[in-house]
Amino acid sequence: MRSAIRVLIAKPGLDGHDQGAKIVVRALMDAGFDVTYSGLRQTPQQVAQLAHETGADVIGLSSMAGSHLSFCRKLKPILAEYGLQEKLWIVGGSIPAQDHTPLKETGVDGIFPAGTTLQEIVTFIKERAR
Amino acid sequence: MSREKPPVPKPVFNESGLEIKPLYTPADVEASGGNDKIGLPGQYPFTRGIHPLMYRQRPWTMRQYAGFGSPHETNKRFKYLIANGQTGLNVAFDLPTQIGLDSSDPVAAGEVGRVGMAVDTLRDLEIAFEGIDLEQVTVSLTVNGSAATLIAMYLELARKRGYDIRSLRGTAQNDILKEFIGRGTWVYPVQPSIRLVADTIEFCAHEAPKYSPVSVCGYHIRESGADPVQEMAYAFCIAKVYADEVIARGLSVDEFAGRLSYNFNIFGNIFEQVCKFRAGRSLWAKIMREQYDAQKSTSMWLRMIAGGGGSGLTKEQPELNIVRGAYYALIGALSGAQTMALCSYDEAYTIPTEYSARISLRTMQLLTAEMGLCDTVDPLAGSYYVETLTSQMREQMEKVMREIDAQGGIVKLISEGIIQSQLSAQAYERRRQIESGEFAKVGTNCFQIDEEEQEVALHPYSDEDALAQIAATVQVCAERDNKQVAAALAEVSAAAAGDINVMPAISKAVSSYATVGEITAKLSDVFGCYQEPIRF
Repeated sequence: MRSAIRVLIAKPGLDGHDQGAKIVVRALMDAGFDVTYSGLRQTPQQVAQLAHETGADVIGLSSMAGSHLSFCRKLKPILAEYGLQEKLWIVGGSIPAQDHTPLKETGVDGIFPAGTTLQEIVTFIKERAR
Repeated sequence: MSREKPPVPKPVFNESGLEIKPLYTPADVEASGGNDKIGLPGQYPFTRGIHPLMYRQRPWTMRQYAGFGSPHETNKRFKYLIANGQTGLNVAFDLPTQIGLDSSDPVAAGEVGRVGMAVDTLRDLEIAFEGIDLEQVTVSLTVNGSAATLIAMYLELARKRGYDIRSLRGTAQNDILKEFIGRGTWVYPVQPSIRLVADTIEFCAHEAPKYSPVSVCGYHIRESGADPVQEMAYAFCIAKVYADEVIARGLSVDEFAGRLSYNFNIFGNIFEQVCKFRAGRSLWAKIMREQYDAQKSTSMWLRMIAGGGGSGLTKEQPELNIVRGAYYALIGALSGAQTMALCSYDEAYTIPTEYSARISLRTMQLLTAEMGLCDTVDPLAGSYYVETLTSQMREQMEKVMREIDAQGGIVKLISEGIIQSQLSAQAYERRRQIESGEFAKVGTNCFQIDEEEQEVALHPYSDEDALAQIAATVQVCAERDNKQVAAALAEVSAAAAGDINVMPAISKAVSSYATVGEITAKLSDVFGCYQEPIRF
């Protein structure tokens, strides 16, 4: 039997609005995933390290204060250093439409802006992880 | 011929879990405590308002949250808002400033000036408030983790500009315990964080007795998933922690309680919110009088800024947020708020534009100028429904406070992450109810339309501005007396390590243009850093 899909949900940067991230964590747990939540103020280095340590199949970032794009651009080479570039990479939160294409070009697989249902995130992970 | 019985209506509960009857009568008011408990505005227990004439004497203060980018830009926005009739300023700081980092800190990269104004030294505040009369507008500083430093800086600014800080009014948010629950701009561990709040209260009680050093925030507790009763009850538990800490230093309650203020949220059911405020006002008065033996009325006053409420707004059909904002303002006016700040309709996406900020301001001005909301005090008083629900909500709040105490108190529950876990579970449950359609949200799960992704004019982030901010601070540091700074910082360390109030030392440090980051570093050397408990 395959073990549960492992998901890391991380809060990048300095923003402290974690209600959305915690809701997603709970939804993913209920969906049967093995979820790790990073807590606030993660640097790109810490996110990659935690993804590596927890054997994450999915790396999820929750961003509410606008620094998602610069963060993802910094995170990309570090994920590669850890050999995590093939993992499913998703970003959610307050992500304006004009940032979607640049995020995808950076390597983000799924973008879940405000208004996304929890089921959409669960389904995306089930279909795409591993 | 048999007569058909009218259908029994489905039970309705408000968010706080109280059942709402289809009809209220004088019997309900009697059963919940009677009219005698209501009293008069300006008199204990202040259910109807803290002042006898409320808005007849002075409308609420309108204080939109503003601040972004450089101190120069923020100064322009402040002047724009004042020119449009705003009567108070509510300063937004960027995240590095809020957690005590300088703009040049590597961790601050990409965040300088993004969600608020960047402040590194007193020079930045001097620029932001240039040309603004600090006695004409009252200034609220939305800062918590680094509040001690920013309060000291603001008072030094006023002192250097020649104001008598003994008569200076203003507010700082400075409610660190709620930052551990939601919002997250903590810096130090729980105990030294509480100590710093007490240091600011004690310092202001002596040096700046008109200044409100703390605004206890139910607002963010509600945003984190609390129901309206919990919002109020948890805020009171937190306020009591600060009060106890200050009293333990030998101050009497009447020396500082009059300067405690509150920040509450408005979204959801209109009557539940109005009753929440009325109930909370009388409960706080009762707590102050019965538990703290307060003598002065001002110590018993629940002075509050009410507004928001971010969680009520939707990304779908954003123009509906303007309408929601109007209802929120109406609630605030019916509730006797001292100050109001409304979320702008585009706040689900971005920092409000001048245009959206003006709409929010005008929304409030419509109520005062056109709609008669200032004509009479507490106009809903005497409503069978409102009075019954007010009493019931007050009882519920007391019950929740007793439960918190029985579980070891709010500090323990926050330190262990128990409150955070409970509220995120509630937020998750509400999210599920919205997605299933069980909890109605217009535009999100009912009355939807096919919508294109909204094109919004986002507030631009500028790396050049961030670099200019860093360069400006380098310049300030080159011009300051570094010996004086070092000596002041050493005093900060000594005060933090000892058991004396840190505020005089911080005041000296900011006065000599020490940076926010330098002061934070000295404090965290002594206090350490908070480790967030992760609990689900």
